[in-house]
Amino acid sequence: MILNVRDMGFAYNGSPVFQDVEFSVDPGELLAVLGPNGVGKTTLLKCINAIHAPRSGTVYVDQRDVSRLSPREIARDVGYVAQRSEAARFTVFDAVLMGRKPHVRWRVGEEDLRIVSAALKRLDLDRLRLRHIDTLSGGELQKVAVARALVQEPRLLLLDEPTSSLDLKNQISILRLVRRVVDEHDIAAVMTMHDLNTALRFAHKFLFLKQGRVFAAGHMHEVTADMVSEVYGLPVQLRIIDGHPVVLPCH
Amino acid sequence: MHFHDGEVPVDYRRYTGRKLIFIVGLLAGLLICLVASISLGAADISMVHVLKSLGGLDVAPRVEIIVRNIRLPQALAAVVAGAGLSMAGAVMQSILRNPLGSPFTLGISHAAAFGAALSVMVLGGGVITSGTGGGVNVTAPYITTASAFGFSLLAALIIVGVARSRGATPETMVLTGVALGALFTAGTMFLQFFADDVQLAAMVFWTFGDTARASWGELGSITLVTLACTVYFLFNGWNYNAIDAGDETARGLGVRVERLRMAGMLLASLLTASLIAFLGIIGFVGLVVPHMVRRIIGADHRYLLPACFFGGGLLLLISDTVARLLFSPHTLPVSVLTAFMGAPVFLFIILKGRRS
Repeated sequence: MILNVRDMGFAYNGSPVFQDVEFSVDPGELLAVLGPNGVGKTTLLKCINAIHAPRSGTVYVDQRDVSRLSPREIARDVGYVAQRSEAARFTVFDAVLMGRKPHVRWRVGEEDLRIVSAALKRLDLDRLRLRHIDTLSGGELQKVAVARALVQEPRLLLLDEPTSSLDLKNQISILRLVRRVVDEHDIAAVMTMHDLNTALRFAHKFLFLKQGRVFAAGHMHEVTADMVSEVYGLPVQLRIIDGHPVVLPCH
Repeated sequence: MHFHDGEVPVDYRRYTGRKLIFIVGLLAGLLICLVASISLGAADISMVHVLKSLGGLDVAPRVEIIVRNIRLPQALAAVVAGAGLSMAGAVMQSILRNPLGSPFTLGISHAAAFGAALSVMVLGGGVITSGTGGGVNVTAPYITTASAFGFSLLAALIIVGVARSRGATPETMVLTGVALGALFTAGTMFLQFFADDVQLAAMVFWTFGDTARASWGELGSITLVTLACTVYFLFNGWNYNAIDAGDETARGLGVRVERLRMAGMLLASLLTASLIAFLGIIGFVGLVVPHMVRRIIGADHRYLLPACFFGGGLLLLISDTVARLLFSPHTLPVSVLTAFMGAPVFLFIILKGRRS
């Protein structure tokens, strides 16, 4: 077990956002955190790497309590892909190199450059390495953000709506990439998602949040139409198409 | 993760190599211009004599005095002020994530000027003596600096506060800068209205940013502050890169964003305030230099900051030399020239930003 969240609660300006949240993620598992807008998915993600301090509960990454670690120590184990990343005048290579920051004290070493170079190749970004990221498309920029998180060499990868601003092809390509990285490198990953169908297709496990609590959690094949209807307040059907469950809203 | 099988691409090495060459080129240009600037002026001194004098070799006493006591301190003051203001501008542009950030556009310079004027008038910094060269000196520079610093800090805090509550969009920042600039200018005018003629002369004279007023002692102070802040900024170069990628991303990389932003604003204000307190307002250098440098070598602060340091020094040194020579025998304060140069660049940035 890489990530273990126990009894976590969070409040914003005194009013509780969620409470009693418990789940765990094993190596080689991708967990999708699902639920309606404003239920606290992003906040939950930020509590895991201590960007927000939870009001209660404990987060363990590799059995270490993250609230006792410095931001830098956390960043060595937890990679984070924010919902939005800004595009400044950096080359792709330098933008990804930034992911080595938690491991580097003062000067970038040869090893860091080699890791970045290998990651760019693996993510098919190599040909763009000297392009400035402010000239990239949304899909390419998102890949850079994922690459940056990967060169942190994390045990746990957090992705906040990794596909929200992407077209269909880029959505699939990013999620395939994430899934491949999780499988190949045996790391754990947690992503928040709006799109149920892509989540159903790529994640191993799900966690539905509803009204500040975990409504249901389990393996993807355990998702039912009733569950989805209940969480989103909308009648749906669940069909299997080409071996993948697909959610269809009913009229 | 198994990302250890990569090889560093040759073209990336070449790319970073070019940036290093650019920085070294700026340094070389700065040294050459320093000697040229000292040699140019009403009394003609050859560059060979300048080099001899600087190297401690035997030259005519007249040359020695002109080089050591008049032109060298002024040239060095221009270099230090240009370097410091450019660094302050580059850091502010990064931590506010705003292309229009600079001590001058954000009203911090005006706040410092008000603080200095207040100290001249009220706080006892205002024991004024007329200098031998017809200029007016502020004889308690440390009280003046402290007061200038206090007010520039106030302006910086207001800006950080506004940025936090309203977001640091270019519009918000520039409008805040306009408001603060107007407020502190009005305050300065108020003080000027009630000042006696000696105080008034000191205040007005003081708002012209002029490197000629730096003596060796003052030069030592501003150099110390500039170098100390520069070391801090350089040390945090990578952190500023992370902030450029977005606050959330930076936090995910282990950067303490709030702390870095506050410390950066405070030190950039301290740097600006100390330069302004000793030399007066020199506008636009802090805005223009980071933009020019960024266009050439990109936004990576590990290279951008040193390039701004040398580039800012070089630009202000050239401006200062031109200002001295343009209407010779009259010498123009360098701030007049930088404003003429900077305002069009400011417009250019706005137009370019609109198009993209």
